[in-house]
Amino acid sequence: MKYYDKLIFELSVPGRVGYSLPKNKFENYNVEDIDNNLKRESGLELPSVGELDVVRHYTNLSQMNFGVDTGFYPLGSCTMKYNPKINEEICSMPQFAAMHPLQPVECAQGALEIYYNLAKSLAAISGLSEFTLNPFAGAHGELTGLMIMRQYHILRGDFNRTKVIVPDSAHGTNPASAAVAGLEIIEVKSTPGGTISIEDLKPLLDNTIAGIMMTNPNTLGIFESEIPQIAELVHAAGGLLYYDGANLNPMLGKCRPGDMGFDIMHINLHKSFSTPHGGGGPGCGPVGVRAGLEDLLPAPHVRKNAQGQFFIENCDSSFGSVSQYFGNFGVMLRAYTYILSLGKENIKYVGPLSVLNANYVKESLKDCYELPIEGVCKHEFVFDGLKDKSTGVTTLDVAKRLLDYGYHAPTIYFPLLFHQAIMIEPTETESKETLDAFINVMKTVAREASENPDIVKSAPHNTPITRVDELKAAKQPVLKFGDF
Amino acid sequence: MYKYFPHTAANIQEMLAVVGSKTLDQLYSDVPQQIIYNKEYDLEEQMSEQEIRSFFNTLAEKNQKLCCFAGAGAYDHYTPSVISYITNRSEFQTAYTPYQPEISQGTLRYIFEFQSMICNLTGMDVANASMYDGATATAEAVMMMAASAKGGAKKVLVSATLNPLARRVVDTYAKFHGIELSTIKEADGVTSLQDMEEQLAQGGVAGVVLQQPNIYGIIEDYSGFADKIHGSKALLAMNVNPSSLAVIKTPAELGADIVCGDGQSLGIPLTFGGPYVGFMACRKDLVRKMPGRIVGATTDTQGRRAFVLTLQAREQHIRRNKATSNICSNQSLMALWVTIYLSIMGKEGLKEVNNLSYCGAHYLFDRIIATGKFSKLFDKPFLNEFAVDYKGDAAKLQKFMLDNGILAGVRLKDIKTDAGDSTLLFAVTEQRTKEEIDKFVKLINQAAL
Amino acid sequence: MANVIEGLFYSESHEWVKIENGIATIGISDFAQKELGDIVYVDMPSVGDSITKGSEFGAVESVKAASDLYSPVSGTVLQTNQDLADSPELLNQDPYTNWIIKLENVDNADLAGLMDADTYQNKFN
Repeated sequence: MKYYDKLIFELSVPGRVGYSLPKNKFENYNVEDIDNNLKRESGLELPSVGELDVVRHYTNLSQMNFGVDTGFYPLGSCTMKYNPKINEEICSMPQFAAMHPLQPVECAQGALEIYYNLAKSLAAISGLSEFTLNPFAGAHGELTGLMIMRQYHILRGDFNRTKVIVPDSAHGTNPASAAVAGLEIIEVKSTPGGTISIEDLKPLLDNTIAGIMMTNPNTLGIFESEIPQIAELVHAAGGLLYYDGANLNPMLGKCRPGDMGFDIMHINLHKSFSTPHGGGGPGCGPVGVRAGLEDLLPAPHVRKNAQGQFFIENCDSSFGSVSQYFGNFGVMLRAYTYILSLGKENIKYVGPLSVLNANYVKESLKDCYELPIEGVCKHEFVFDGLKDKSTGVTTLDVAKRLLDYGYHAPTIYFPLLFHQAIMIEPTETESKETLDAFINVMKTVAREASENPDIVKSAPHNTPITRVDELKAAKQPVLKFGDF
Repeated sequence: MYKYFPHTAANIQEMLAVVGSKTLDQLYSDVPQQIIYNKEYDLEEQMSEQEIRSFFNTLAEKNQKLCCFAGAGAYDHYTPSVISYITNRSEFQTAYTPYQPEISQGTLRYIFEFQSMICNLTGMDVANASMYDGATATAEAVMMMAASAKGGAKKVLVSATLNPLARRVVDTYAKFHGIELSTIKEADGVTSLQDMEEQLAQGGVAGVVLQQPNIYGIIEDYSGFADKIHGSKALLAMNVNPSSLAVIKTPAELGADIVCGDGQSLGIPLTFGGPYVGFMACRKDLVRKMPGRIVGATTDTQGRRAFVLTLQAREQHIRRNKATSNICSNQSLMALWVTIYLSIMGKEGLKEVNNLSYCGAHYLFDRIIATGKFSKLFDKPFLNEFAVDYKGDAAKLQKFMLDNGILAGVRLKDIKTDAGDSTLLFAVTEQRTKEEIDKFVKLINQAAL
Repeated sequence: MANVIEGLFYSESHEWVKIENGIATIGISDFAQKELGDIVYVDMPSVGDSITKGSEFGAVESVKAASDLYSPVSGTVLQTNQDLADSPELLNQDPYTNWIIKLENVDNADLAGLMDADTYQNKFN
């Protein structure tokens, strides 16, 4: 990776062009004929650059980026697994790219079949009844799921159920999604063992509770073993259980959220189902519900009739819609390719191998890093900083030093339960050799922290840039080219 | 074992030994037996790459290739070849959100460029790193206006000329978030200024949502609207087609406080509805109420220019339930798509795209009116999309066109319940040649009414 | 150790208040500014807004955190400290000189339930 300082605007030379458009064969027409009072007055300052300028510029930018294809990405709760290339090939097929979202269903049978069958596959994997693929991302799925939870109570005339229980170890999107859905958050504290205590939960379960949001395994990588009892209690109190599918990967092949007792869930296709993160999207956040709640899913619905033909039901359900069309179809193509590639024979190993990888790294490093909760983890685990606290080297420093060694940093300072949290998730696609090399580097960093703390504290040294001045960025915001 | 699992049988045994487990199953001893899934999933058997290719080819062929005259929010614009070549680079595609700026300058820089271009197109002060789509961006704008309102105003007025597909998303968000929506009537295809004024006069209005060009493709004359809205201490959010802003008045020129919309018209393929990219921009003083990620410029410890996610205290991972929105991932790679598109097209290219689309649309309009089988619905200026009434059975005409490989617009009633049975909405982009339009018109002449 | 000033009243959410001639001056404590770190932005209400005791009237933001401000007393906003708009770091430098808002129409009885300097000192330092 090398530093490259240009912005596309700085390459602009008036008169240079990068486009080619057909000759205008429509005589007697001109966009300039629009009334003057409707026309743009202010200048348009898009760059004037040639095609090669554009290609070189963005290639140079790409070389300051680190992706899964560059190296190991042990980012906790993000499931940065390998993104298979056949997925991309299928997603780029021109026949799909040309499809208008409002074209009649008889001309879109192939696309609708993909949507329908992917939804069915996800239902089989989750143990739930039906899925919508319309939500655009995990957080969007969460929001949709929580709206479904509220709508369930509203339709029953149970208007007082406006509170949702969220553990303090939850992903930050959980409470934020609840707030957008108009729900009040009741936080339940984790026990020292990192799980929800039934005794803490019981007094919260009154007739104002809409439900509970959980991720299982939770963000500490610990399986909430009391989930059957929790489900029973929440259901008995009239609430629903929402499963945050961000941590679904270790469950693949071993345990289905529906069987755990969850009523509603979302899945991050860009985590468990191998679609690329794209530097922060596009994702896809399908939402599934158990039998009896299917009517609460958002429109449009893709359905199949008795003759095996696919059709769209657009009639607004009582719920409404969360997307203009059908969600991120391109992402669905990738995830469906992944599921078909693995098939039922292989998908069942995804969970166990991801859990094996996580435990292997945890056991190999717990002498150097503080492991606050012992025992078998699932897909990820959390260290509370270095074991040797005397050096003054923080979790941030360790993370930055890892960049020097060619690794992406783990998730840091999350979950909020531990002050120096380092959250590691290796995923099943990494080999023992990759993990061994990472373990060695983690040990090296721990040794450096004791022997030469300054090199860790001032890391990274080998990256295109060094640490950035975030205070300056926030205090004197420069948010567009014209602000310089 | 399998191509995506690098573990050999020996690896597994060695690793289990380190972990202190005898079997992979034992790693799940904390999961109660009653919820362990011991069966095989109800899924297909694995497919090889060649089987995958042939499987999807078969499915792809079940979709008919059509010559597209449809719009209604998704437009068949041309995509320069450079774009996918760059966005497919794995350094962009397989990267996570740029939380580690030292190894994410590529992502951070293109987002900064994206924000700059959105600001320039809309005329606004600040833009975010992108939203999901135009409809959710509009819903977020509505929530943002309600959150910014002084004195607890919780009502938002939405023009009847907003795309109903976006409106139903806005309705859904508003219903659960506790925002009251009220529709501003349309008159002769445009937003009724009089009805808006009357509703503003009732008080308690946090904001107003207007669309440009509107659902009929009409370029509305919004002069005077912003003054009335601001006079009632409400905010103006405009949902716009960003491509059109190369030629028509910017939302900033019309006095908008917030701008949102879908970036699909900026070279993103139709792809059956997504992925597209929502965007949002606003006035500087509203930035702390804006949802989504924002990239800012700063320096590194060596004084070099660097970019970083900033103003994060608005966001869910810090403010949790008090965040401005729950949005986390956006549509980053599609923001790159749009950024490259705008770099390639430049000012002149984007204007010419609008000119070609305008010319094609007006040519089609004149030709089909001349067939005698269509009448104009409104006498208003439009850019690349217009609504007309067919004098026969519109559904029949569309079917006839499909048989001839033409997607003959959108039947407005399918998306807008108060539209007439025979109203069709046609869109023309620079991709439609004169020959294609002539063929379309010829077929209209041949069609039975 | 965080600095505490005698003669001010403190809330559980770390605001301080002083009432003189029916006008309340409100800011955040030294403890609060230390917890937040470098402050980059202060969100303040508009003059004329009426605020009730215990309600949110703004927020203080640092790079990686944000904290809502809760009013220790009820009143109408008389003045906001515009120096903080340009230089929010003043709150880090001296959180007691650099007040955030002034309220009028304040009732002394609202001071009930707030802590004096000693009590606050013992509780949070």
